[in-house]
Amino acid sequence: MTQFLSLLLNGISLGVIYSLIALGFVVIFKSSEVVSFMHGSLLLVGAYSIVRLQDPLGFWGGALAGIAITGILGLLVDRLLLARMRGAPVISLAILTIGVDIVLITELTRLIGPDILNINHPWGGQVLHLGSVGITANRALAIVVAAVLIAAFFAAFKYSNWGVAMRAAAEDGEAAALMGIRLGRVSALAWVVGGVLAAVAGLFLVGSPTPGVTPAVAAVALRAFPAAILGGLDSTGGALVGGLLIGVAESLATGYQDQLAFLGRGFGSVVPYVVMIAVLLVRPSGLFGTRELTRV
Amino acid sequence: MLSVREMHVTYGGTVRALRGADLEVADRQVATVLGSNGAGKTTLLRATSGTLRLHRGRIDSGSITFDGTDLAGKDPAQIVGMGIVQVPEGRRIFTRLTVEENLRAGGLGSRDRAAKATAERRVYDLFPVLADRRSSRAGLFSGGEQQMLAIGRGLMANPKLLLLDEPSLGLAPQMIGRIGEVIREIHRQGTAVLLVEQNATMALAVADTAFVLDIGKVSLNGPAAELAATDAVQRLYLGHGATEESEHGPVDTGASATNPPRTTRTLSRWSA
Repeated sequence: MTQFLSLLLNGISLGVIYSLIALGFVVIFKSSEVVSFMHGSLLLVGAYSIVRLQDPLGFWGGALAGIAITGILGLLVDRLLLARMRGAPVISLAILTIGVDIVLITELTRLIGPDILNINHPWGGQVLHLGSVGITANRALAIVVAAVLIAAFFAAFKYSNWGVAMRAAAEDGEAAALMGIRLGRVSALAWVVGGVLAAVAGLFLVGSPTPGVTPAVAAVALRAFPAAILGGLDSTGGALVGGLLIGVAESLATGYQDQLAFLGRGFGSVVPYVVMIAVLLVRPSGLFGTRELTRV
Repeated sequence: MLSVREMHVTYGGTVRALRGADLEVADRQVATVLGSNGAGKTTLLRATSGTLRLHRGRIDSGSITFDGTDLAGKDPAQIVGMGIVQVPEGRRIFTRLTVEENLRAGGLGSRDRAAKATAERRVYDLFPVLADRRSSRAGLFSGGEQQMLAIGRGLMANPKLLLLDEPSLGLAPQMIGRIGEVIREIHRQGTAVLLVEQNATMALAVADTAFVLDIGKVSLNGPAAELAATDAVQRLYLGHGATEESEHGPVDTGASATNPPRTTRTLSRWSA
C-alpha cells in the first residue's frame, strides 16, 4: 500500500509536469493549428539556458532568464517561420516544427556534449516524508508551482480579454478577425505561453529524481504529446487530465515492473503511448476533444 | 462614406469575382446590394472588411475608400478600428462561448471601456432576448436568435458602417421581418448599413439605395423604391413573372408605381 501511494504521488508530480507541457501544446494548436513537434527541444532549450545562466545570474536569475529565453524562442518561431506560412496545410506546419526540432536538438546535443549538466536547485535532492510516503522536494514543489500556474492559466483563459480572443479565434478565425481580433497576436502570445510553460516544466523535469540536463530530456518531454492527444488536442482541460493520467500510468508501470516483467524491462516509458492508443480506440477525438475538428 | 470605384478582384489569381464594380454608400444611409449566387456580393464585403486575403483573394485594380481613407492593404483590425464592421454570412457566432463572451469578443477591437459598456446596453435594449440569456452558450440558440447575436456582436465595436451579409439566410419569414425592423432601428440610431441580400423584398423595403450586382459588375442602381418598380428587379428578385406584368406595383415599399424607373438597362442574365 505504501508503495502504491508513493508511486501514485510521484506519478502525480510527474503528471503535472506533463500537464504543463501539454497545456502549452494545446494552446498553440488551438490558436495557430500547429501541432508543435518541437516542444521537447523547446523544453530542453529552457533547461539548458537555465544551466548556463545560473552561474552568472544565480539560480533565480538564471531560472527567470531561461524561462524568458524559451518564451522568446517560441515567439520567434511563430513570427519568423509560421507567420509566413499562414493558411498552409496543417501537415506542412507540423513538418516545419519537426525541422526546427531537429536543428535545435542537434545543436543542443553538440553544446551539452557527453556531460550531464545539473541545475543547482536550492532545494537540492532533499526528500520529504508524508507519513511513510516519500517524495523529493523538487517534485513536491513541481506540484505546487504547476497547480498555481495551471489555475492562473485557466482563470486567464476564462476571464481575460486574451482568453476570450483566444477562444473566439480558435472557434472561427475569420469571424474573430472580423471583430477586430488580431489573429497574429493571438498566436504569437500562445507561443510565448507555450514556451514559458515548457521551460517551467523543464526546470522541474531535470531535477531530482531525474538525472540532470541531457538530450534525452527532450524525448521525455515528448511524452506530453500523448497526454495532449488523449485529452483531446483542442481541450485545455483534457491536457490537464491527460498529463496526470500519463504521469500516474508511467509511474505505476515503472514501479511495478517486477510484477510486469512479462512485458519486458523499461515498459514504463512505453506506457504513455499504450494509454494513448487505448483511449483513442474508445474515443477517437480524445477524452474531451471536439468530435469534428476540421473546419472549412 | 464608403466609395468603391472600378473594383476588380480575383481569387487565387484566376477566378474573377468582381469586374469593375462601382458603389457608393452615403452617410447614415441603408444601402443594399442584390444579386444571385456568385454575383460577387460577399466579395464586395470582404474587400471592404479586409478579409479577402483569408480567402486568397486580391484587389487587382480599383479603389475602395472610407471617408476618404484608402482601405486597400489595411488589415481587418485596422478597418474595424476605423468604424467598419462586417457581420458574416451564416452568422458564424462563437457557439462554445456564452452570449456575454460573444459580445465581449465583438468589442475586443476597441479599447474604450465606456464606449463598450454603452454598446452593450444598446445591444441588450435592441435584443431583450439576449439580455435574458446572457450566460447561456450561444450554440443553444435558434437561428433567429443567433442572427441577432451576430448583429449585436457586430455593434459592440460601435461601427459607423455595419456590413450585413445575408442576415435573412435560412430564417423563417416572420423572423426575416424582425431582422428588417432591427436594421431600420440600427439605422435610426445613426449607423449606416450596407445590406447584402438575396431576399430582395425585405432588402428593398428597408434600404434607401439599392445596387444590383451581376457577374461582378453593378448592372442597376438607384433609390430602392424606384428599383423595386423596375421590370428587371420585379422579375428576377421579387418573384413577379412576366405574366404578372399588369400588377406593376412595388412590393412592400412606400413608393408609388407611377414613378418612372431611373435606370432602364436590363440585366444581362435570364432577361430574355
